[in-house]
Order: sequence, then structure tokens, then C-alpha cells
Amino acid sequence: MGVEGIGQSVVRKEDKRFITGKGKYTDDIKLQGLTQAHFVRSPHAHARIKSIDTSAAKAMPGVVAVLTGSELVGDKIGNLICGWMVHSKDGSPMKMGAFPAMANETVRWVGQAVAVVIAETKNLARDAAEAVVVDYEELQAVVDVREAVKPGAPQLHPEAANNTIYQWSIGDQSATDAAIAGAAHVVTMDIMNNRLVPNPMEPRSAVAQYDSADDHLTLWTTSQNPHVARLLLSAFYNIAPENKLRVIAPDVGGGFGAKIYVYPEEIVCLWAARKIDRPVKWTADRSEAFLTDAHGRDHVSKAELAFDADHKIIGLRVHTYANFGAYMSLFSSSVPTYLYATLLSGQYNIPNIYCEVDGVYTNTVPVDAYRGAGRPEAAFLIERLMETAARQFGMSPADLRRKNFITQFPHQTPVIMTYDTGDFNASLDAAMKAIDYAGFPARKAASAAKGKLRGIGISCYIEACGIAPSKAVGSLGAGVGLWESAEVRVNPVGTVEVLTGSHSHGQGHETTFAQLISTRLGVGIDTVQIIHGDTDKVQFGMGTYGSRSGAVGMSAILKAVEKVEAKARKIAAHLMEAAEGDIVIEGGEVKVAGTDKKMPWALVALAAYTGHNLPDGMEPGLKEGAFYDPTNFTFPAGSYIAEVEIDPDTGKTTVCNFTAADDFGNLMNPMIVEGQVHGGIAQGIGQALLEGTVYTGDGQLLTASYMDYAMPRADDLPSFDIHHTCTPCPGNPLGIKGCGEAGAIGSPPAIINAITDALGHNHIEMPATPDRVWHAIHSRMAAE
Amino acid sequence: MIPGQFVYHRPASIAEAVAVLAAHGDEARPLSGGHSLIPMMKLRMATPEHLVDLAGISELKGISQQGQTIVIGAMTTQADLIKSDLLASALPIIRETSLQIADPQIRTKGTIGGNVANGDPGNDMPGLMQCLGATYHLSGASGERTVAARDFYQGAYFTSLDVGEILTSISIPVPPAGHGYAYEKLKRKIGDYATAATAVILTMADGKVATCSIALTNVSSTPLFAEEAAQLCLGTSLDAATLKAAGEAAKSISDPAADGRGTAEYRREMAGVVTARALAKAASRAMKGA
Repeated sequence: MGVEGIGQSVVRKEDKRFITGKGKYTDDIKLQGLTQAHFVRSPHAHARIKSIDTSAAKAMPGVVAVLTGSELVGDKIGNLICGWMVHSKDGSPMKMGAFPAMANETVRWVGQAVAVVIAETKNLARDAAEAVVVDYEELQAVVDVREAVKPGAPQLHPEAANNTIYQWSIGDQSATDAAIAGAAHVVTMDIMNNRLVPNPMEPRSAVAQYDSADDHLTLWTTSQNPHVARLLLSAFYNIAPENKLRVIAPDVGGGFGAKIYVYPEEIVCLWAARKIDRPVKWTADRSEAFLTDAHGRDHVSKAELAFDADHKIIGLRVHTYANFGAYMSLFSSSVPTYLYATLLSGQYNIPNIYCEVDGVYTNTVPVDAYRGAGRPEAAFLIERLMETAARQFGMSPADLRRKNFITQFPHQTPVIMTYDTGDFNASLDAAMKAIDYAGFPARKAASAAKGKLRGIGISCYIEACGIAPSKAVGSLGAGVGLWESAEVRVNPVGTVEVLTGSHSHGQGHETTFAQLISTRLGVGIDTVQIIHGDTDKVQFGMGTYGSRSGAVGMSAILKAVEKVEAKARKIAAHLMEAAEGDIVIEGGEVKVAGTDKKMPWALVALAAYTGHNLPDGMEPGLKEGAFYDPTNFTFPAGSYIAEVEIDPDTGKTTVCNFTAADDFGNLMNPMIVEGQVHGGIAQGIGQALLEGTVYTGDGQLLTASYMDYAMPRADDLPSFDIHHTCTPCPGNPLGIKGCGEAGAIGSPPAIINAITDALGHNHIEMPATPDRVWHAIHSRMAAE
Repeated sequence: MIPGQFVYHRPASIAEAVAVLAAHGDEARPLSGGHSLIPMMKLRMATPEHLVDLAGISELKGISQQGQTIVIGAMTTQADLIKSDLLASALPIIRETSLQIADPQIRTKGTIGGNVANGDPGNDMPGLMQCLGATYHLSGASGERTVAARDFYQGAYFTSLDVGEILTSISIPVPPAGHGYAYEKLKRKIGDYATAATAVILTMADGKVATCSIALTNVSSTPLFAEEAAQLCLGTSLDAATLKAAGEAAKSISDPAADGRGTAEYRREMAGVVTARALAKAASRAMKGA
């Protein structure tokens, strides 16, 4: 196909409206009679609510209603659920404490909603919120998982003794123990994965409208998966049956996982809109985003990697405490289990793996999936171990990795996953060549001559995207299927509408999905409209997360367009009196192979709709739908190499070079892929160097603004050097693996491996701030 | 992030501003660039009933030279300081410092008067003004007075400014032509306050330091005029031992708080590092200029 087909770096169609300020976001929705909601939030990390007095607030000017948690209970609004059942190793189900949309009896994190004020304007709602008097009895709080599991720690939920949600395990414990006991070498590390605040550019927002005549509700919301939101609101939260509830996710300004979930605010806005019979809007300010968007990561692990005398890995044993925060968020249970421990084999042949994960409640913001969701934690752990092992053995880190790479596919790991394909040597070769690995000693010497420390660090990550198939995830406890749906509608003039259950919030679907249609039907991408994010338009879908929209969403579109093509071929064969098998669709024309007979695509479409001359028995119209359920996860993998220079006087780290060589299978739009990798690496470097979420012991979030929480800026990042290797994914028809999270997964270990290489000091926690690096340098100097 | 209600005043003269402030006492706050006050109001940690916006007072703006003194109006923005040819030639350290404050958007609104008068230990201009030996001109209901920058700061957000008084201008003695200067600021990220920062102005004669002035930013509850560190440099060629000694002297008066930028130990150590670096850079500039 020409310049607009798949594989081409087509400029993004959607950018015109985004860069000219014409995007339409939830907060842009304006409705007649719109009211504004402001939430009263707990200032305490743990407290009993003795009373809430709303009388003064209700008397304030412009106040329409002040509602509290007890009224939610009265109206039988359901508590928030966790949609993935995980069982402890003793077989008992996870211990979930009730999570009401507004706290009724106890608050468990600073920022938890206790009441909502609805007023004519935002300012009046904010003013009246000051007048809501909540009488709290403060309780002791706990924020660190290691403290939370100790005897005598403050207890969050009566359901979960010792604050423990589950003690889950995977793998063969006795075989792993035996391998480690008999090993020639064992590398042992304590590894932390820091807590992160997602920070999509657009804060969360919700607008709820009630139509009393039809008893129908509409929700506009910042969601990555509006259909799942509608399902939850209907089936679990008792808002309205699905046929009486429309959920629309219009333009959404980034999600990174934080917009997968239904949050208390959407539930309350819908419930309140019906109660007051007026539309209600809520938009988070940035402080609320820090205090309420589900946070990411926060693991404390102990890991042991065992080798034989020949430096072949023979076993990996891991124990991880995963901090869940104050409540179980929607998919929180799956992140530190099935999305984490199943990837602990990395790119390596590891015959024995055993991992235990303790899920723990603390008085902090609930934690859930954040760009990478479990896979960054696994990649960081195994790649820190490999680098450390190589240093202990005095081996090249590349050689130790190569010695242990999986080279035969498919490969069954001891932790569920079957890697379908890959070429790990190819990506490591490409990255080492691109960064001139061999020239590093000379660059290190040049840095040393300037009084600077230089280090290089490798990370060979693998991850799993397009979580599937539905039957398999169902057997592991998922509450939903993980297929995708699509509908391809050809209009009578030959233009095309694609309805997809995927949702774009920065990924560029309007362009890449149109490229697929362009390739198949030979029409220009400007004649293709991608429709998503509206439950009234798209029948059902699972949304976008886990880099699934290419591998799963586009595969569904392909299935649907293949059905359209089949029907179009039948019509064209009938019209041109040719055999169906001879009909070819290309370049905007429908041709009879081997002849000069042809007709424009638009005329085939028109014929389908006039119905004047169709094959006997054929229904008119040209519109087909498909559901696609993959056969396996996809496994993007690659090698990242970071080179850093450290100022030993200040501890400041500069990332000088960063090379990525990713194997994403076939690329639909290399420019968009590169953009995804850039963003992911920026987030990963942010985690490694800058982003630290800090709580005080009594549960106050110290880093609740951009003044205190350091996001990466352009001047913190080098120009990335991006390369691709390719082993097409055999699990889907387009050979796609997914690229949305790789950058955030592969980059933190590369950066920390480079810093520890520069320092000659093997332990430093993320974020590796100048203060921590300086202390590492000076504690080493003191030791010498 | 919505402030409470307040009455907005926009006086056209210093006299009018002083009168409005006098009329409302503690309940009024003057507003300059607003980058400290407005966020505090949005968080409802500051709740002034009267906000007196100084933006309409033209006599508070501008940069001029009067003999060997540069006078800068309090409402002159950091962007104006960066654009000024006069400052670029006579006081280049002001441009160097301004370029390290926050980011371009904030520098377009942020003013030198607000920066020095607010008493925030994180602000960069107070230390610089101490280094330069600047004088602040204050106006209030009881008249006009001047206070040296080196005497102005009493604690975090606590200055010699009386209730109802506004800072109208700053006068700065012009350092000799060919002087060396440097503002060395260590920060976590663009837009952040200093982990530690040091301002240096010095002159060299025959390869030796003839005059030297040093002040430190954000390593105590106030800016610090580092007199002893400066004394140690006089008559030396700023050899490694002198730089180390001056750094140690700067550290010895520093008393930083532990915060997101680092531990107190680290931040004190950095006061020494940026002082030594600022001295070395200033000396190298003075030598080039000579």
C-alpha cells in the first residue's frame, strides 16, 4: 500500500485538533443547568468519623445539596469492587475491606471523600465545603508495608488480619529451595520499587446528566474504558441498568492506567444528578489528582538468584510486599501477582522460580496499574540481579546475559508464561552497536579527566501485552474477558467508519486504525473515521491498557474488515459477472484479476446500499462486526543501554546517552511507536532519578504538588537513540506485540545499573537523587 | 484550588496604595507578581480580605542609573531584568540569577520587589541583594525609609517590613568595571528552589582577590551574608586550599532544613560546593575581564 498504509510514519490525524486547542475534553462539556461538585476530603490518614454537620453548608449561597456517605448507603449505592479475585497460597480468597464511594464510618487515607457539596458554581461549592464540619477521632496510621504487617500495627480493615490482603505464591517452592541450596553462587538483594503518582496531563473529570422523562443517565468521564465503567456502574454500583446509562469518554488527555478505574467521584456525580435532577460536574484540581488518582508500584522485595559453577541460572526466589494503599482498587490484586511474578523469568532460561507476594493495606492512596503495571517491577528486579551477578563474577554483564538468554521458542517459563517468539541476542547486539559499547572505556577515561564518574548499564526486558485469552485470564480470577470488538461500516459513498472498543487517550488510534483500513480497502485515511469511547455508538469493548489496542483491537478491526471485503467481493463478482475468487480489492478499486474489468470501490458500496442488483438472497448494506479473542499474550522485548555521568561533588546524574533496541513485532506506524517509546523512557527515567512519593509517618503526602514531586523535564533527558529489531508476533494476524509500556519497563534498571557502575557501589534506591548518590559516593569513600 | 472572597484594589500611585493598606491594616495584602501569594490563597492558607494590586503603579517600574547607583523599581519583572541592556553591562549577575529563577512563564509575572520582600528563604534575589550591598526603599503611612538588604531579613517570611508598608525600589551600587561575578545554583529540576546557591562579586588585582562579597541562598531561614568566607579570599589567588576554606566557612554558617531536595547534611555540604564553584567562576571572569 502507498504512503498511508500500515508500516508508514503517517502524521497523526488527531493532532490538528489537539495542537489548535480544539480537543473536546470532559471538562469542556457545558449543559443547561449544570451544577458543580466539590468534595470534602479527609485531612487525616486514619480516623473515625464521629459526626458530619452539613447544616451550615446547606444554608450557604448557591448551594443545591450537601450529601454524605450515609445517604449513599440509604440509596443502596454499592461499594467499590476489585475485579480480579486472587487467592492466597492456602486457598483462601483475598481479604477485601469495604470501599464506599464516600466514607461513612472510617477514613483510611488523606484525601478520601467524606461528603460532596453541589452548588451553582465551583467557587460557591468550594466556599460551602469550608462550612461542612466533620468531627474526627484520629487513629494511628501506618504507611510502610514492613511496619503494617508487624504485630501491634494499626489495623485498617476488620476483614484483613495484619493488614494482609493475601499471601499469594507462584512456582515450585521445594525445587527452587533445593536449587538455591545447591548453587555454586547466590546473589541476594533487597530491592525497592518506588511509589509513583501517574500525573496524566488532563486531571480526572466527570459530568453526569439525568433525563427524568426517560429515567436515563449520561456520564461523560475521563476513562480508558467506558464500557467497563458502564458495566460496573450498572452491575455493581446500582446506578442504573445498562440500557438506561450511557458512558462517553471524549478526548482524554493521557491515562497511564490511572483512568482505567471507576472512582468514587463518578459514582457520586451520577447518583447526585438523579437525586437533584440537574446535571453535575466535577473536575479534579492537581492537588486532588495527587491525593486520589490510583498510585503505582511501591514494592519491597528480597530476591535471590542462584547460578551453577558455569554461571548458568538455576533458580530464582523472591518475596515481595506490595503496598495496596487504603483500599483495593479495581485491578489492584492482579498487578503484583499475575502481571508481575509471571514475568520474573525475564529473557532468561530459569528452570526454577518461586515467588511469594504479600498484599498489604496501608493508610495511603490506593495503588493500581500504572504504565507497565507489574512488568516494570519484574524487569527492575531481574535486571538488577543480573547486573549485580555479573559484577560479582567479574564478567561482562552482556556476556552473562547472553549465556542465559532463551534462544528456543516457544519457551515455557516456570511461571505460567509461554514466550511465543523473540531474538534477545539481536536486540542486545543492536543496542550495543548503537551506543558504541566498545568505546565506553575511552569515554569513561575522558569523564575521569574532567573529575566526573561515568557508568554504563544494560537492561534486557521482556513484558507481556494484550492480556489474553479470556478463558485463561478467567481461570486466574479476572472478572472480565479480554477480547476486543470492532465494527466496520462502509457508507454508500465508500467512506468508512470504524467503531472500536479500544479507547485512544494519546496513542494515535485515529491514525493507525485508519492506516489499516487504508491498506485493506485502498482508500485514503481521510475517508476513514475512527469512532470510540461512547457506549451508545460502540456495542461493547474492553478499552485501552496493557498495550492491547494494536494486538487485540486492530486484530478485531481486521476480522471485521475481512468480512466486509468478502461481501464486497461477492457483490463485485455479481456486478462484473466474474468468479468471486478472481476479485481483488486494491488502490480504491475492485478488479477482476487477469482482466481489465474493474469498478471503483465507491460503486460497490453504493450497489450494496441501493440493493438494486445484489446476488440472490444477499442482505443489503455493507457493515460487519467482529469480536477477537487472542490465543496468547504478546511478548515485546528489547535491550536498553544507558550511559550516565555523575558529578561526585554534588551527586547529580546526567544521562548522556540512552539507546533502545525494541522488538515490537511488526510496526503499524513507526513514528507513533517511536513517540510511545520516548514517552515511556521519559517516565522510566523520571522514576529512576526524580519521582519519589513521600509520606510522613502519620500518613500526610508530602509530595502532593509539582513543587515537591519532581517530574522529568526536557533538560533531564538526552536525545534518545531508538532502534527496532523484529520477530513478528505469531499470535495475531498483524504480527503486532505492543509498544506503549516498554519504555517505562526497560529504562529504570538501565539507569540504575549505569549509576551503580559509575559509583562502584552496588546499592542505591530509586529515585537516585543527587542526595542519595552523594551519600553513596561518600559512604564508599569513608569505607575505604 | 479556588481562593476565598476578597476585595480587589488597584491603586494608581504609591501614595494611594499606602493609604489603602493603612486603611485595612492586617486584613490587606499587597500583590506584586503573585507567584507566592496567589497559590497560598488558592490553598486557603492565606485569606486576605483586601488585595492591593500594585500592577497599576507606573512609578514602581523601571531600571535606571543614577551616578554609581542602579535603581530598580519593585514591580520590574524578572523578564524585564533579563532584557535590560543596562543591567547586562553594569550588573550581569542580575541577569544570570534571573535566568535561574523558575521558568519563562513565571519570570514574565514575577517581580524583583515581590521576590525580595516576601522573605521566602527559597527566593534567589534576597541573597543576591545582600551580596551586592543593595538598599531597599520602603513606603508606609508614617513615611519613607531605607533598610539595607543585609539587615532586612529576620526569619522565614519575617522581615523588617511593617504592616502597611510596601517596598518601592532597590538601589544597588555599581561594582567596578571588570569585576568577576557568579550565581551558582544547584537545583533538582527546572523551576525548583535552590538545593543551595551562592552569589559572588569580586575584583582581582595582580592575580589576587582585591574585594569579595559572598551571600548564600536557601541554606537557612534567611539569606546569609558570608562575610568570613569572603575575608578568607582577600589577597589570595583563589587556589584550591582557599576555595576549600571559603567553602568550609560557608558551610559553617549554613543551617538548612531537610526537605525534598536532600538531607540537611547534604544541603550544607552543597553550600560549600556552590560557594567554591561560584568563587572560581567569578575569578575566571575577572581575570578575563582584566
